[in-house]
Amino acid sequence: MKRRAILWLPLALVLTLLVTFWRGLLQPDDHVIASQMVGKPLPEFAAPAILPGRPGIATADFRDGKPRLLNVFASWCLPCVAEVPVLMRLKAMGVDVVGVAVHDTAPALEQFLARNGNPYSRIGSDPQSRIQLSLGSAGVPETFVVDGKGTIVYQHIGVVAERDIPNLLEKLGQRP
Amino acid sequence: MIAEAGLAALWLGAALALAQLVLGALALRPAQAALGRAIAPVAIVQALFVSLAFACLIAVFMRSDMSVLLVAANSHSAKPMIYKIAGTWGNHEGSMLLWVTILGLAGATIALFERKLRADTKMATLAAQAAIALGFYAFLLFASNPFARIAGVSEGQGLNPLLQDPGLAFHPPTLYAGYVGMSAAFSFAVGALLTRNVGPDFARAMRPWILGAWVLLTVGIVAGSYWAYYTLGWGGWWFWDPVENASLMPWLAATALIHSVTVLATRDGLRAWTAMLAVLAFSMSMVGTFLVRSGVLTSVHSFAVDPERGIFILALLAIYIGGALTLFALRVGTVTEGTRFDVVSREAALVANNLLLTVILVVVLAGTLWPLALEGLNGAKISVGAPYFNSAAGPLALVLMALLAAGPLLRWRSDRPGLVLRRMAPALLVAGAAFAMLVLFGGTIGVLPLLGLIVAALIGAASLAPLWKRNLARTPLFTWGMVIAHLGCAVSLAGMASDSAFTQENLAAMRPGEVQKIGPFAVIFGGLQEMPGPNYAALQGDLLVRWGSGEPFIMTPQLHQFSDPPMITNQAAIRTFWDGQLYLTIGEKEMQGRWLVRMWWKPFVTLIWLGGFMMALGGTLAMLGRVKRDLSARKAVA
Repeated sequence: MKRRAILWLPLALVLTLLVTFWRGLLQPDDHVIASQMVGKPLPEFAAPAILPGRPGIATADFRDGKPRLLNVFASWCLPCVAEVPVLMRLKAMGVDVVGVAVHDTAPALEQFLARNGNPYSRIGSDPQSRIQLSLGSAGVPETFVVDGKGTIVYQHIGVVAERDIPNLLEKLGQRP
Repeated sequence: MIAEAGLAALWLGAALALAQLVLGALALRPAQAALGRAIAPVAIVQALFVSLAFACLIAVFMRSDMSVLLVAANSHSAKPMIYKIAGTWGNHEGSMLLWVTILGLAGATIALFERKLRADTKMATLAAQAAIALGFYAFLLFASNPFARIAGVSEGQGLNPLLQDPGLAFHPPTLYAGYVGMSAAFSFAVGALLTRNVGPDFARAMRPWILGAWVLLTVGIVAGSYWAYYTLGWGGWWFWDPVENASLMPWLAATALIHSVTVLATRDGLRAWTAMLAVLAFSMSMVGTFLVRSGVLTSVHSFAVDPERGIFILALLAIYIGGALTLFALRVGTVTEGTRFDVVSREAALVANNLLLTVILVVVLAGTLWPLALEGLNGAKISVGAPYFNSAAGPLALVLMALLAAGPLLRWRSDRPGLVLRRMAPALLVAGAAFAMLVLFGGTIGVLPLLGLIVAALIGAASLAPLWKRNLARTPLFTWGMVIAHLGCAVSLAGMASDSAFTQENLAAMRPGEVQKIGPFAVIFGGLQEMPGPNYAALQGDLLVRWGSGEPFIMTPQLHQFSDPPMITNQAAIRTFWDGQLYLTIGEKEMQGRWLVRMWWKPFVTLIWLGGFMMALGGTLAMLGRVKRDLSARKAVA
């Protein structure tokens, strides 16, 4: 009797598969992907300093009651150059911006900051993309709004442009 | 006129397939067995008509007949002739017609040349083949007519520029022929189950088809992997993209089937399991076609997405696979147990091979479909990426590879562990030496790549052991095939492990004149120039590369900007050395006079594809060896 049931198992598995396919076909993908990380606490990480005189960044640093921007970037990333002026403006408005530099080296980063300006109060190094991946970030640049308790409030994928400033300020809890 | 002739030939082919199915069903009753004699001629004529239909479609593409909808939508009069012809199967309708054409030719080949099988099993096999063909005929005639006309169009819409590549022009037909070869194995299994004839004869009849299909799938996957490597410009050779997985899953099942069919043919064991695997291998081919064609999963491969067609393929999937598995459940109880064997024996090693391959298949299938299942359950959207596949399938594949070293050295039915160890001693010594070398000179290497390199050395030596103390001139062709295919596994594994252990990467935004280091090379960015292409505008980076103090040479990665349809593709510049490849690409955007240049130095990466082609060569030799032996046996009888 048991052997009998096992023989029908492949058919049952295939039918499950077919039902899954059927449902997948009936609900076509709308290609809008909401961030999975919003509303969740920052994953535990400690990114060591990469430049002398510029401290690294760890999860504990986000729990000081002050909301801030966490910018995932790299000196080799050309679009990242484009958003530096916007990050500088946010800094001028009193926003604390911290950076995680992905796959980067100290000399290249030094040059990047000297050429484009430095909006970051702290820069942590993420040589293997581990922190980037744990944040649910797939590319550079990406920017996270983190509240004073270390919870991710918002994830911005791609270059931060001038027009994104009001939205970011609102998520940070600051009036524009 | 040509289009109408093609459509007529397609209808006639469909009618003959119906006749083939009905005749086969009737002839299974002893009273009407005489009808069975008509099946083979019907199968041959069906193949002729469907080939004629396919030839007509190629003709309208070659003439750029824009009054045919399919040509207008997928071709362009200014395209080079080879891409006009390749355009025939570079689209949904044409590829389905290609599928049913190869299916017809496979049926005709069985009808003409298959003599080993019992007559009733052969009839049932051809009837099953006709049933599969009928589904695809219906699909073509009712849901995707390739010969439909359109009025008032004077120029075509072009072909997806990514597909304008000589390698890729022949990539889909190779994979399709492989899938169809799996359909032959499926038909043999259905025929054998229907006529209660699951035994060595069935295994021997099915074996050349599985080997042939496996070779084509291997070539298709290896070529597709190299294509992705040089054209996507990511420096990777396997991305675990749903469409890649769709070709990998039937390959895994076919690899298992090749090994289990050997047990059935040689030792009359694993009867039910082999029939099950034949069904599974074709199921995976169909699931692959469904995933690729329905657009149910998001992939970098952009095919025309049409849910209605997806439902049609889904219905075919349900009928064939559901039907075959029902037949399996009903009939396999009547398949008596085959010959038994010991825990230490060639059969047991092959069972372990089958189990591991099946588990890897399940891992890949689960990872590919998990996003779909989860979205169906609670609407969550996830993507399953390379880390899952690498960490779940990688170690399993390594265990499989380690077993591969021992398998061919085991005796059939029963063996002694001590003797096996003695036969493996030279290979174990080689693996130990490799380990010592890597620890001393290899620098820091991750655990998996390190194990990979050691296991590669182990298989490399062990796969040659079956030739030890043998008269090489008298060694049968299929033994050579096995040795070369297994050696290919070692070569490929060495390439993969070396790529992940030793690859160096440098991403830099460079100004003209700037110098960057990568591996043993110095790269100087000379600047960019625009180069007009036949139907695209190319931006070319000029990079001067120097190895040590040697003669410098120029490498020119390009960006291709197609206007119709608008699309940018990345052509990496790759230079192959005996010990690796230098891989350079340029990025898309200019920023303050700087350009993003990506540089990789990949030691021994070419071994990945070399090993793949060795596996295919081994499979080909094994197939030829089997066919040759069958033919000479037939002569001896006559």
